[in-house]
Amino acid sequence: MKEPEVNLSLALEHGFTEEEFDRVKKILGRIPTFTELGIFSVMWSEHCSYKNSIALLKTLPRSGGKLLVGAGEENAGLVDIGDGLAVAFKIESHNHPSAVEPYQGAATGVGGIMRDIFTMGARPIASLDSLRFGSLDDAHTRFLFDGIVRGIGDYGNSFGVPTVAGEVYFDESYQGNPLVNAMAVGIVKIEHVASAIASGEGNPVMIVGSSTGRDGIHGATFASEEISEKSEAKRPSVQVGDPFTEKLLLEASLEIIKNGWLIGIQDMGAAGISCSTSEMSAKGNSGMKINLSKVPLREKGMTAYEIMLSESQERMLCTVKKGFEDKVKEVFEKWDLHCEIIGEVTNDGLLHIDYEGENKAVVPAYELVLGGGAPVYYRDSKEPEYLKEVRAFDFSTLPEPKNISETFLKVFSSPNIVSKRWVYEQYDSMVRTNTIVGPGSDSAVIYIKENNKALAVKTDCNSRYVYLNPKEGTKIAVAESARNIVCSGGVPLAITNCLNFGNPYKPEMYWQFKEAINGMGEACRFFDTPVTGGNVSFYNESPNVAVYPTPTIGMVGLIENLNNITTSFFKDENDLIFILGEDFEELGGSEYVKIIHGKVAGDSPNINLAVEKNLHNTLLQLINEGLIKSAHDISEGGVTASLAECCIINKEKLIGAEVTIPVKSREDFSIFSESQSRIIISISEENRSKVEKILEGKNQPFYFIGKTGGEKLIFNKKFTFELAQLSDIYYNTISRIMNE
Amino acid sequence: MKPKFGVVVFPGSNCDHDAYYALKKILGLDVTFLWHKDTNLQDCDVIVLPGGFSYGDYLRTGAIARFSPIMNSVINFSQKGGHIIGICNGFQILLEAQLLPGVLLKNKSLQFVCKDVYLSVENNETFFTKGLVKSKPLKIPIAHGEGNYFADSDTLKSLVKNNQIVFKYTSSDGKSDDESNPNGSMMNIAGIVNKGGNILGMMPHPERACNPVLGKNDGSLVLGAIVKNFMN
Repeated sequence: MKEPEVNLSLALEHGFTEEEFDRVKKILGRIPTFTELGIFSVMWSEHCSYKNSIALLKTLPRSGGKLLVGAGEENAGLVDIGDGLAVAFKIESHNHPSAVEPYQGAATGVGGIMRDIFTMGARPIASLDSLRFGSLDDAHTRFLFDGIVRGIGDYGNSFGVPTVAGEVYFDESYQGNPLVNAMAVGIVKIEHVASAIASGEGNPVMIVGSSTGRDGIHGATFASEEISEKSEAKRPSVQVGDPFTEKLLLEASLEIIKNGWLIGIQDMGAAGISCSTSEMSAKGNSGMKINLSKVPLREKGMTAYEIMLSESQERMLCTVKKGFEDKVKEVFEKWDLHCEIIGEVTNDGLLHIDYEGENKAVVPAYELVLGGGAPVYYRDSKEPEYLKEVRAFDFSTLPEPKNISETFLKVFSSPNIVSKRWVYEQYDSMVRTNTIVGPGSDSAVIYIKENNKALAVKTDCNSRYVYLNPKEGTKIAVAESARNIVCSGGVPLAITNCLNFGNPYKPEMYWQFKEAINGMGEACRFFDTPVTGGNVSFYNESPNVAVYPTPTIGMVGLIENLNNITTSFFKDENDLIFILGEDFEELGGSEYVKIIHGKVAGDSPNINLAVEKNLHNTLLQLINEGLIKSAHDISEGGVTASLAECCIINKEKLIGAEVTIPVKSREDFSIFSESQSRIIISISEENRSKVEKILEGKNQPFYFIGKTGGEKLIFNKKFTFELAQLSDIYYNTISRIMNE
Repeated sequence: MKPKFGVVVFPGSNCDHDAYYALKKILGLDVTFLWHKDTNLQDCDVIVLPGGFSYGDYLRTGAIARFSPIMNSVINFSQKGGHIIGICNGFQILLEAQLLPGVLLKNKSLQFVCKDVYLSVENNETFFTKGLVKSKPLKIPIAHGEGNYFADSDTLKSLVKNNQIVFKYTSSDGKSDDESNPNGSMMNIAGIVNKGGNILGMMPHPERACNPVLGKNDGSLVLGAIVKNFMN
């Protein structure tokens, strides 16, 4: 087959700028071959090179604390949790594929992030998913929602890792451009940590796992442009997942890593063989000589270009210590997987690619990769016009609702607030028998059998706040994740981030990104939770609208003592209920103003990091001293929605409450305010003086608001709700919408 | 003497380690893994076919696993009265191997479902259930997409007649009705034994309810009963 002639117009079609194409020619000292053009195009795509984000990402706290590897150095972050163990975790987006092929798009998102964990030598122990969709009133949204949840479920369930937590939001800004952010957490003995590196001249390079097909060619490039009507035609760019093969690949990979036969291992996600060969070589200051004719193919007539760019799933590239090839092969044969030597490590720094007896590419590996020759850009930024308009909103102009009870039920019925039971019951949340607290609480708690401790894990982001104030909104996302971890009894360790934004070439979008990074850096430094890595997804725009800027935070915390595990629901009758933290009647971006008044307006709630940190320390002390029966964060919907949750989250034992909520200027404002740094706790009466003494000693503002008991939630002596009704709304709203 | 358990590992099994852990670490029993390509049952007294997605279950659940080399040995073992318990995917494999009657269809909701359910012990005279009390339902989780038990009316009649229905889905207070049926199974069937009483298939996962750390213990009652009955 004759290859197309490489010229500027072909380069532009591949997504290069003229300047970038010149740079490729300069690096090579000649016009690239067609295969080389393909390799450069995927490696320099936004998805692989982070060219428009890396400069800012480097301002985040990316090392220190208990981090064992710095952000971006390996496939996933790695944090020391003591006892010779480390936790590997990472979050990644699969937005674009899920928009055009929800089932496979979401499934392969889960598969990809799992591989990132087990290439570190870690066994995945938990999966989390942060999902965002348009309005559920829309039929296409329901189609995407159903397909994406099924895809995540079918992949994770078969692969055998519990899906234990996450979040689901609905907002018109995600219409046509849903967000699918998948996070995985794994555990590894520190002595068995693997690296994505190639070194040692003459060491064999092996491809293992599935065969290579034409699926997913240019997936990375596709993810680096806006979604348009043309996107539907790119469905072939979406890969197809095979969780069964991935399960075998997991077992085989962990076996060879543990035996010490490897130099390095990297999974093949975006940009397939191109990415794994170049990144592993660049990391080890080496090169590779690869013969593509040895790659097991699932289709006839594939070209070198296609093999280099294929994103077929469930594949790994390994560099093996010379002499151990047969041992490695034996393991993969046991698991019925392909394992072929396709080349060897060299020391000339070049990727030398042959196919069918011809040389197809000779490229310096370093020039292809992030941190090497890949371009780095600072984009123009400009504060968006909309901010002045939304922030000028005067909440006192909102009419006061005539019937607070009805208003509350409406807010409480919002798909953003109600239980996501319809989603999480489709996920196996218990396999591996480590799930102490599963989906539906403030954060999930996962048992670590190896050392009798537990991890608390959570994803979080209220993107309305970020839209109204990118910097403060992102700080809130970090603060709220930490608050959720603390409410479960954990000490926050570190975060991973998934940054979902619009087109970075638009100055307003880049401004949002820059502000969000600044806020994240500030909050992570303050809480001493470094960023272990993550993923940037730009171009989240459909023809009509860009998504709300959504910097999803995935946080992991450690629970050293299992007695400290705390849940959000009331435990017994006649316990005392306290609110920790102050209300400032903040309604910007609130669920109340959106649902009842149809607006997303104002500024995000204020966040004072010192106040937040004090709250965490105080709560952890109360938990440590065994004084707390339940702890629940106050978030979307305000204090009453959170109280209702405390009453009904334990489906098997509903417990009512009678409370008085302090009102400042207006009852609706106080009830629905989303002021930050607030937690509802319940304690037994006998501990009251001890608890109050600690709270006073810590200068922690608190309010005693009432007692648990009965079958109703009663507040301010006039609003009464039957728990049976609240529970029906909470658990059945989404399934009713989906089963209509 | 306490029985020795063998947990079969098919490619795609993913509850094999959970079963192993529950039997070995929680119940303190002698347990070994049995590889699907082998044929030697290593003198095990009770064989566990664990949950998961054997061979990916891309064709029909359990349809390929039944042709594994180890299954010939398991079938021989059963014909000699050997004790076998199939959990979830293991139950599906036992049906495909025709060691138990009936089939498991897709859940009525057409969705995978994972949650804690309650089970009534319908027959506490079997090798697997002797000693369990009938009056108090067991709380044990399920996690499956195809657990909707179906059989023709003759088979169903014979199951009832021979007392082969061992577990039924119920509410927390023991009511067996549509509301407490998580997958559409006929007669709320959650587990059955063969006529000989030496083979049990059940959709719920007792191995997931054994560790007190997880706040669930009823699974260990079931596994514990097997041990006790073996010793008697």
